[in-house]
Amino acid sequence: MTAATDRRAATSRDTTNAFASGSLPAWSPWVILGASLGAVAAVFGLIAAATGETFSIIGTVFFGFLASTIVIVLISRLVEGSRQATNRLVTSLVVLAFVIALLPLISLVFTVVSNGTNRFDIEFFTYSMRNVVGEGGGAIHAIVGTLLMTGTATVISVPIGLLAAIYLVEYGTGRLARAITFFVDVMTGIPSIVAGLFAYAVFTALFGPGERLGIAGAIALTVLMVPVVVRSSEEMLRLVPNELREASLALGVPKWLTIVNVVLPTSIAGITTGVMLAIARVIGETAPLLVAAGFTQNLNYDLTEGRMQSLPVFVYSSYVAQGTDAQSYLDRAWAGALTLILIVMLLNLIARLVARQFAPKLGR
Amino acid sequence: MSTETVQSIPKPKLRPGDRIFSGSALSAGTLILIALAAIAAFLIIQSIPAITTPAEDITILRGTDFFSYAFPLVFGTLWAAVIALVLATPLAIGIALFISHYAPRRVAAGLGYIIDLLAAVPSVVFGLWGGNVLAPAVQPAYSWLEKNLSWIPLFEGPASGTGRTILTAGVVLAVMILPIITAICREVFLQTPVLHEEAALALGATRWEMIRVAVLPFGRAGIISGAMLGLGRALGETMAVAMVLSASGAVTFNLISSQNPSTIAANIALSFPEAYGLNVNVLIATGLMLFVITLLVNMLARFIINRRKDFSGAN
Repeated sequence: MTAATDRRAATSRDTTNAFASGSLPAWSPWVILGASLGAVAAVFGLIAAATGETFSIIGTVFFGFLASTIVIVLISRLVEGSRQATNRLVTSLVVLAFVIALLPLISLVFTVVSNGTNRFDIEFFTYSMRNVVGEGGGAIHAIVGTLLMTGTATVISVPIGLLAAIYLVEYGTGRLARAITFFVDVMTGIPSIVAGLFAYAVFTALFGPGERLGIAGAIALTVLMVPVVVRSSEEMLRLVPNELREASLALGVPKWLTIVNVVLPTSIAGITTGVMLAIARVIGETAPLLVAAGFTQNLNYDLTEGRMQSLPVFVYSSYVAQGTDAQSYLDRAWAGALTLILIVMLLNLIARLVARQFAPKLGR
Repeated sequence: MSTETVQSIPKPKLRPGDRIFSGSALSAGTLILIALAAIAAFLIIQSIPAITTPAEDITILRGTDFFSYAFPLVFGTLWAAVIALVLATPLAIGIALFISHYAPRRVAAGLGYIIDLLAAVPSVVFGLWGGNVLAPAVQPAYSWLEKNLSWIPLFEGPASGTGRTILTAGVVLAVMILPIITAICREVFLQTPVLHEEAALALGATRWEMIRVAVLPFGRAGIISGAMLGLGRALGETMAVAMVLSASGAVTFNLISSQNPSTIAANIALSFPEAYGLNVNVLIATGLMLFVITLLVNMLARFIINRRKDFSGAN
């Protein structure tokens, strides 16, 4: 809106435009921002040179932004009045909020990549921690455990979650369906450690106390995964147009074959995306696995026998129990964190690609 | 005549395939309810010994009874979650407004995706980052707060030398719950009826006045429920707190000292690997308390969301 009035002002420069007068030109915030960033950088640079401290980029950006906000609000208050000044203040604050949220993300990605690459080598992916003290060793046992437990959890929770979603969309009416919807929503908020305690309690009741198994970890992950699968599949099934179902039913196809042959193929891309995002969510869970599956230094392929390490727990235990030569433990923790982030990002990326490539063909 | 036509409507033929399929779908749905009930049941069964056994027999309680063991943990859980919520909610509203009403349309979806990336980072990585990067980075700020603002009880000091305080844990939690609050606020802000917004602008409102009179009142329920879902997440978050906070079990509102209350989830994660016998039951009992607290918060949030769905004027 201001841009339009500016253009009008520019075309009739000699006559005063009643709409454009008394308002700042559209480029003014950017110029003021640039000027204040430059000024603050100069001041900070002088201080840094005088005291010998390092030049802080984050501090410069922050105080530069703050200075430009104050300047633009003051100028706007003088030229445009208090309402426009408030508007400009809020605009600055809203942009600032976004920038503040980016800071931890950038810092986190930067530190994980720069620290994680120290030990991101072949040994890390081929050795376990058996008999390793200090340097060396790797996380193959943790990677295997993560794949086994997450895979088992996926195998259990996808059929349950998908069938429950089909029930909610195709069959469910009345009180039971509403109760399931409500409690699935509530279940998405269960603290992950409570899921771990639940799995531990179940296996204590079955096999006696102190039992920590890979399968218990898988059960804990299942508890966390099922509601996510239900929610996403339900949304995807609801997107299937009713005309498709009615056409199939009108041709005399039984309802269950309609669902299997018409509804599911139409929504399979969305369901796949949802499942992959659910896997990405549980693959980084630490607390339930720490409680239910325990931790170990050895490679273990058997879900039903003995403790099982996983990648998040590997990162945690390397960080908490830094033995002699703490730096090599920290390096392994960062390398594990980098691996974990790469896996999660990869899953997210594939999920989005699947969603884009095989988007439901709704026509129209 | 009419009764005859009613009788002559053919009954849908129930094929065995139909019956099996709908039966399995129904049982999968019911299984979820059973699982939730089983979680509650198993936790309750395992918690009972912790409360009925005399406190002297349980080593982890160190002479006190169960409730005086649990109280600092409950306090720490709520306090850390509240700090995270106070930090995250205004920020999330700002980000959501930025994406829905300020950023250019073409880049808005991409910016939303960047914020969603924060949600994809595993909590253990946040813990590692919080303990190794954030805590040392904010420690000078804590010293400054102690020197200049120690008359405020929150910043009473003495400032922690490591920076691993409840405020640092709260900041990490705030970063972790930011995406969920942002996502819900964004969704609600985008649903604001365009006619309301245009009416406000046509009456001469600036963009902020339009947001204040049209967008925020419309999205109030969404903001509240988003904040409560974030609260639920912050209450149950384990690893970030366990790896960042150096807890002493003190009950204090002091944000920057080295005397910090622990949280239920972090305490379980730190004590569980070495726990044995009745100590396990005590930890599970605290887990049950956490379960109940988060269940109540989440149910309230969902209740607000669902009620809003019924009465919103968006459609």
